[in-house]
Amino acid sequence: MLKTFKIGGIHPNDNKLSKGCAIEKMPLPEKVVISLSQHIGAPATATVAKGDKVKVGDLIGKATGFVSADVHSSVSGTVVAVDAQPDTSGVRKPSVTIAVEGDEWNEQIDLGAENIPDITPKEMMDAIAHAGIVGMGGATFPTHVKLSVPDGKKAEFLIINGVECEPYLTADHRVMLERPDDLLKGVAILCKVLSVKKAFIGIENNKPDAIELLTKKAAGGGYGDVSIEVVPLKVQYPQGGEKQLIDAVIGRQVPSGALPIEVGAVVQNAGTAVAVYEAVVKHKPLIERVVTVTGKSLASPKNLLVRLGTPVQALIDYCGGLGDNTGKVINGGPMMGRAACNLEGGVTKGTSGVLLMNDGEAKRKPSSPCIRCAKCVSVCPMGLEPYLINVMTKNGLVAQTEPLHPYDCIECGSCSYTCPAGIPLLDFIRLAKGEVMKIMRARKS
Amino acid sequence: MDKKLIVSPSPHIHSGNSTQSLMRDVIIALIPAFIVSIVFFGFDAVTVAAIAVVASLATEYLITRFMLKRPNTLWDYSAALTGFLLAFNLPPSAPWWMIVIGSIVAIGVGKMSFGGLGRNPFNPALVGRVFLLISFPEQMTSFYHPTALDGTSGATPLAVVKEAVKNGQSLSEVMPQFSYTDMLLGNMGGSMGEIAAFALLIGFVYLLVRKVITWHIPVYVLGSMAIFSAILWLIDPNSFANPLFHLLSGGAILGAVYMATDYVTSPMTTKGMLLYGIGIGVITILIRTWGAYPEGISFAILIMNAAVPLINKYTHPKRFGSVVAKKA
Repeated sequence: MLKTFKIGGIHPNDNKLSKGCAIEKMPLPEKVVISLSQHIGAPATATVAKGDKVKVGDLIGKATGFVSADVHSSVSGTVVAVDAQPDTSGVRKPSVTIAVEGDEWNEQIDLGAENIPDITPKEMMDAIAHAGIVGMGGATFPTHVKLSVPDGKKAEFLIINGVECEPYLTADHRVMLERPDDLLKGVAILCKVLSVKKAFIGIENNKPDAIELLTKKAAGGGYGDVSIEVVPLKVQYPQGGEKQLIDAVIGRQVPSGALPIEVGAVVQNAGTAVAVYEAVVKHKPLIERVVTVTGKSLASPKNLLVRLGTPVQALIDYCGGLGDNTGKVINGGPMMGRAACNLEGGVTKGTSGVLLMNDGEAKRKPSSPCIRCAKCVSVCPMGLEPYLINVMTKNGLVAQTEPLHPYDCIECGSCSYTCPAGIPLLDFIRLAKGEVMKIMRARKS
Repeated sequence: MDKKLIVSPSPHIHSGNSTQSLMRDVIIALIPAFIVSIVFFGFDAVTVAAIAVVASLATEYLITRFMLKRPNTLWDYSAALTGFLLAFNLPPSAPWWMIVIGSIVAIGVGKMSFGGLGRNPFNPALVGRVFLLISFPEQMTSFYHPTALDGTSGATPLAVVKEAVKNGQSLSEVMPQFSYTDMLLGNMGGSMGEIAAFALLIGFVYLLVRKVITWHIPVYVLGSMAIFSAILWLIDPNSFANPLFHLLSGGAILGAVYMATDYVTSPMTTKGMLLYGIGIGVITILIRTWGAYPEGISFAILIMNAAVPLINKYTHPKRFGSVVAKKA
């Protein structure tokens, strides 16, 4: 029996159209729009001004506050604007726009280096922070903050998230297949920073090639006193959810409202581990990432290595362009991604995929009355009652949904996905979650 | 680009389940039992089913059109299913006007008066059946034995047992006349769709495979019936029928698999389903053993339907992280 999480879960068709496509380097765009707020926390403060010349890897935004991240230039060229630009969702974010000229890299970056330097965990941590690394699975939480274990807590395990449970997305899969050594070195670095001896790599069983390759490589050792174990997992969405992954791999459930460190675990995405490797070994900041560009209405789905800030439109054009029958473009996967309205918005550190849906798939089905089939209750991975939160919120009882714990919702979308009546349950749970959290904060202060 | 992109919150894909597809699957699951009933009762079975379905659809259509002035809801198939299930609960000899009245009560009173699909507290088909049972007890309990030559030896096995116990006969004299093979295949007196245990179980497997229902409610209902009747039977096999007889007779399987599992009127959590299932099983055996009617599963389901809001209030799913972490 393969391991998996214990509560709820669904099995959407995985549609991994691009799983066989090797990572391709996307040509440089003419200009990039780099958001200074592409992570959770305070936006970075611009350190460049209009007219400045920058090289690849130069700092352009300095982290402000504890939960924030540095932002670097992904190209060389001239800063043409430092202002607010709409991201793919149309929200204006402080951004730096750079016209691309050549491809000149910051001298500090040593792309030839391959060995983990003999430096202290503290120095490694600084290197990670200075590289502006954030969680690349999509949550974009600054990695150096996640690695700072609070006083009184102890990390026992590092868990690498190689699940990629979102349908269509294959970026992590390709990274695991094509850069296994870099990934494992990244894992070793992360273990050293956290001073843990045991790391797990959780991979769903629909990626047998990645499981096999990494198991073989990890068994080879060479990572000091760190033991790395690949854990094949039963395919089930949302296994890539942090709490679900911890439950699946080590059988511990993170209590409501607590962080994974409460049960001794720290989770990092596979792509993040590779970025950590590059930051510590090559001094390379996070300036590019692998993005899956896919969808049934796209001519040639691909996995692209893209410089941050490249307009999403450029990615789509490179893969065959926006078809006439495209009804929706999603930044991320189909379950948790955000629908884009501005294709000039740039790729960010959290852009794992660009998904095109055709007209037929793009529209929601009309909803009909709840037949109380309880499917939403049985699929909720957090053990909530979506139908009840939905009906109370609709009937003006949102303040009374607190005992139903809407704040535990991870917004995986399993309830809406499964509802035979086509009720957008998650829309209303999000509303309840926001309202209840507001009430709870008000009570605290 | 002239064309506007659609923007909506996640998730952006859907399972493809629909109310319609679920209802359709239940109707499909009932077909094997319907075929058995055509085999035994001939054209009567087709007539009863056709009248019930048409009358149910007509009732729902007329009410939504002229009283509620809402869009037509016939295509969710729930009214058709209610009619079909009502037919399964009627004797094959039921006169047409009785079927029509039952359908009007089932849909009109049992469902639409509460606001339509999803809002009715009681299983509509059972509301219709019980209304008819109380109003027309004679017609509702006169069954003809499907393969008896004179076509008159009417009583269902449960009625025979009830009568025998009332007359002080020992069950050891009465029971040998029943063949479990006949009961499994449907060769006994009873309502149109309840006789064929085997065919009903084929439909149950279909519903499980299609993930329309889960195993919980049917297993809890039948399991608690078996356990409770086994206890009584062990105490005195001459006064109480054995568990296998209880499971194969009357509407036990039809009720447990197709009526008790009605989405709208059953609990939302597996814990709730356990309480609900045990309630139905125990009340059924209580009515069969000591009640005025030989069969009690319709009443048992309706009684437990009434308890569902209370059950939902006190049974919640196990929340993630509510269990204290185990040490690895």
